[in-house]
Amino acid sequence: MAARRYEPRGLPRQVLDSGQSLLVVFAGLLVIAAVAQTAVAGVKDVHAAVAFGALIAFGELLRLTMPGDRETAPIAAAGALAYALLLNIGNEPARQSPQQVIAVAALGMIIGALPHLAVGRPARLPAMAARLLAVACVAAVFRPLANASLIGSRWWSELPVMVALVIVAWFVEAVIAALIRTDALRARFGVTLLDELRVQLPLGAAVGASAVLIAFAAEIMGLWAVAVFTAPLLVTQVALRRYAGIRATYLQTVRALARVTEIGGYVEAGHSARVSRLAVAIGRELGMPEPELLELEYAALMHDIGQLSLRDPIPGGATVLVVREEQRRIAEYGAEVIEQAGVLDAVADIVRRQSDPCRPAVRGQEPPLSSRIIRAANAFDDLVGSSVEPSRAAAAVQRLRLDTASEYDPRVVEALSRLVSRRSMLGP
Amino acid sequence: MGKLSRIAWLYIAAVIAAAVIAIAGGPFAGINWAQVVVLGLLVVACESIATVLKSRSLAWSANSTASLAAVILVGPVGAAIVGACTLLGVRRGPSVPQRLFNASMFALSAYLAGRTYLLFGGPVGTPGPSAFPGIIGPFVGAAAAHVIVNFSLLRGVLWLTREPGAPAGRVGLDFKLLFTDLGYGAFGLLIAALWGVLGPFTPVFVLIPVFIARWAVAQFAAQQRSYEATVSALCQAVETKDFYTRGHSERVSRGSVMIAREIAMRAERVEAIRYAGMLHDVGKLGVPTSVLQKNGSLTDDEYAAIQLHPMRGLDIVREIGFLDEALAGIMHHHERIDGKGYPMGLAGEEIPEFARVLAVADAFDAMTSNRSYRGARSVPEGVTELRKWAGTQFDPAFVDAFVTAIERDGWKGPETVAGEAAGAVGESAAADALTAGLEDPEPDPSAPAEPLRAIESL
Repeated sequence: MAARRYEPRGLPRQVLDSGQSLLVVFAGLLVIAAVAQTAVAGVKDVHAAVAFGALIAFGELLRLTMPGDRETAPIAAAGALAYALLLNIGNEPARQSPQQVIAVAALGMIIGALPHLAVGRPARLPAMAARLLAVACVAAVFRPLANASLIGSRWWSELPVMVALVIVAWFVEAVIAALIRTDALRARFGVTLLDELRVQLPLGAAVGASAVLIAFAAEIMGLWAVAVFTAPLLVTQVALRRYAGIRATYLQTVRALARVTEIGGYVEAGHSARVSRLAVAIGRELGMPEPELLELEYAALMHDIGQLSLRDPIPGGATVLVVREEQRRIAEYGAEVIEQAGVLDAVADIVRRQSDPCRPAVRGQEPPLSSRIIRAANAFDDLVGSSVEPSRAAAAVQRLRLDTASEYDPRVVEALSRLVSRRSMLGP
Repeated sequence: MGKLSRIAWLYIAAVIAAAVIAIAGGPFAGINWAQVVVLGLLVVACESIATVLKSRSLAWSANSTASLAAVILVGPVGAAIVGACTLLGVRRGPSVPQRLFNASMFALSAYLAGRTYLLFGGPVGTPGPSAFPGIIGPFVGAAAAHVIVNFSLLRGVLWLTREPGAPAGRVGLDFKLLFTDLGYGAFGLLIAALWGVLGPFTPVFVLIPVFIARWAVAQFAAQQRSYEATVSALCQAVETKDFYTRGHSERVSRGSVMIAREIAMRAERVEAIRYAGMLHDVGKLGVPTSVLQKNGSLTDDEYAAIQLHPMRGLDIVREIGFLDEALAGIMHHHERIDGKGYPMGLAGEEIPEFARVLAVADAFDAMTSNRSYRGARSVPEGVTELRKWAGTQFDPAFVDAFVTAIERDGWKGPETVAGEAAGAVGESAAADALTAGLEDPEPDPSAPAEPLRAIESL
């Protein structure tokens, strides 16, 4: 029963899938209501609505995928938040209703998303809904205050309110994104929320600061603020895109190069990829945060790189079948290879200690959790291979369980067992 | 600094003198000194933290942002003073003449930007709502003038202090950098415009997005460095299979980059060929060790196994998001101009450009390294050999480019590795030392920091 603690705290998958559609439906109803009310009440300041709508559509067109498959549209988010936080345009006070803000943001997002759909990219409605709801929260709080002139007219009274609301927007979007991820990846909500908050912090700060600046600049520059601001926002976007690009290439490269052991005939084809998938799934099941999961993935991909030091491949590549000393030598050499990169020392350490038993002779020298996960995942894959037969997987788990006294971490094996039974439930 | 030519010294002195004259000439009437001080402090702060962040382009963009804001707020002379505040940055690294030159360059760019702004009829002072949109035209003129003057002065000094015989392709305007700078220039207009609302706190707020963008650039650079290091480490692991080829990938990569730079390839393509060079032999993993390390002649079957390695390499790297050119280069690096190569037997221009470049660098390194069946040839012997086979095995244009580059920059061949035991674990330390010596001294061409960094190596 001790393993209960490690059960993911999310809802079962079927309910959560409908959770995502619930989110989209809720956002959709909100948009319909907002558009209807705006149409009835009449659009206030059409020029501003068109200018900000255009900025949002442009930003949505340029949306980018950040590490961890997170879709963001910083320019669109900054534009929408700025529209929600607008106080004056030139000398004229801005009086758009919260419904109008939601309607403009939604229409801008939809128009910007159309070209993506046209070239066959997925719509990613939940992510769009999350972005829209964050803006809606800010508009719902700020617009009534601003329209009733309750915020004062000096920057030192306006700024704290704006900053607080920008932080709220960041938090709302992180919560919704975390819920989506909890659902999609079967991770734990607390862990994913912290991941989201951390990942979104720099981006959220840039978006929030830009939004506040556009809102203030509109007082002096009028709607030209939108045009002038597009240039620096674009530069920021380019920088972010390059960063996201190299992160993606890095992972692809390690994934590809990890296959050298397969091409060289040292391990069975697909072994590294399967072990890394399984290891990451176990790590997530055990509630590891994202940076550690990334290290775990790298280490799992490269765990067999040390076999390159062998002149001739081990038959079948199954390291579980060779003696401990040999395993240790392979792990040690793999770690040395990775250490030469000079930037993946944590990964090297995980690889080095993958052959250590989880109950060492000396207390306090247990290998890191990631090493224990790779050890179990590797052994499981050596026993099961690419077979999808449930009985074989169950037998392999049983065999690992028998060795939990010294070789494998019981927590890791239990997590593996849950994954395996879930997988056999869902079918191959 | 001592080996600068007299013309270079004259040039630097002239720039400094021009800046001093521009500032001393005034007029100083009507300058809001409080704004000058705040913007000057901004420049000093950005200059000073530049070292901490190790991103020189930060200082770069913040300088132009502050100078351009000063152009609107306090006019050309005030802007020149703000630009000259670069001098006061507490930063170790640049020597006194470098600092003087940098400060004068910024002062002069700001001054001329201010003059351009006035020429187009831009109003000086804190702009109000009535100033828009009329102010935007003159401001764009000022930003363009700032970038152009800055670049011209910088390129001038780089050109005068260049190594004799440096390839022409490296001394030219980088348009991507121009675009980035103009983009950040917009922040100058924002600082000026927001001064009416936020007062002297404006720069603090405006700089948050700038810093985040720079943070992303710094992250990008860090990721790229670790990426390169990881690829290189993995390649070395591959090389342990073939004792004689240790460091080979690294050197082929360097040689290919030398050729690519010599023929003035674009920066992204140079990057791509660098990786292609590192990974070109990764497919050798698929060749049995016994064949790779065999002494004596190969049987037909063994030869066929070796001929498969470019395709195997392609299998491995195909999933990486490289330029397609890099993939084509890896696949075809054993083709020959006369069509007698493998795997496809392509000839002449049919062979992708990357592959023809890689072939030259690959063959040259193979010739100048030890092999199981012969000792290493010297560099001049290698060059003679390359020339001999130019037109049959190699593309003569790339052979010429490579030879020119070697004659100018030299070639660092493998360190003596003969007589070492082939125990793989013991080898890695030596292999490590080898890469340390092979570190590429060239600045990363894709980083926007190049001009400032270049001036610091003056």
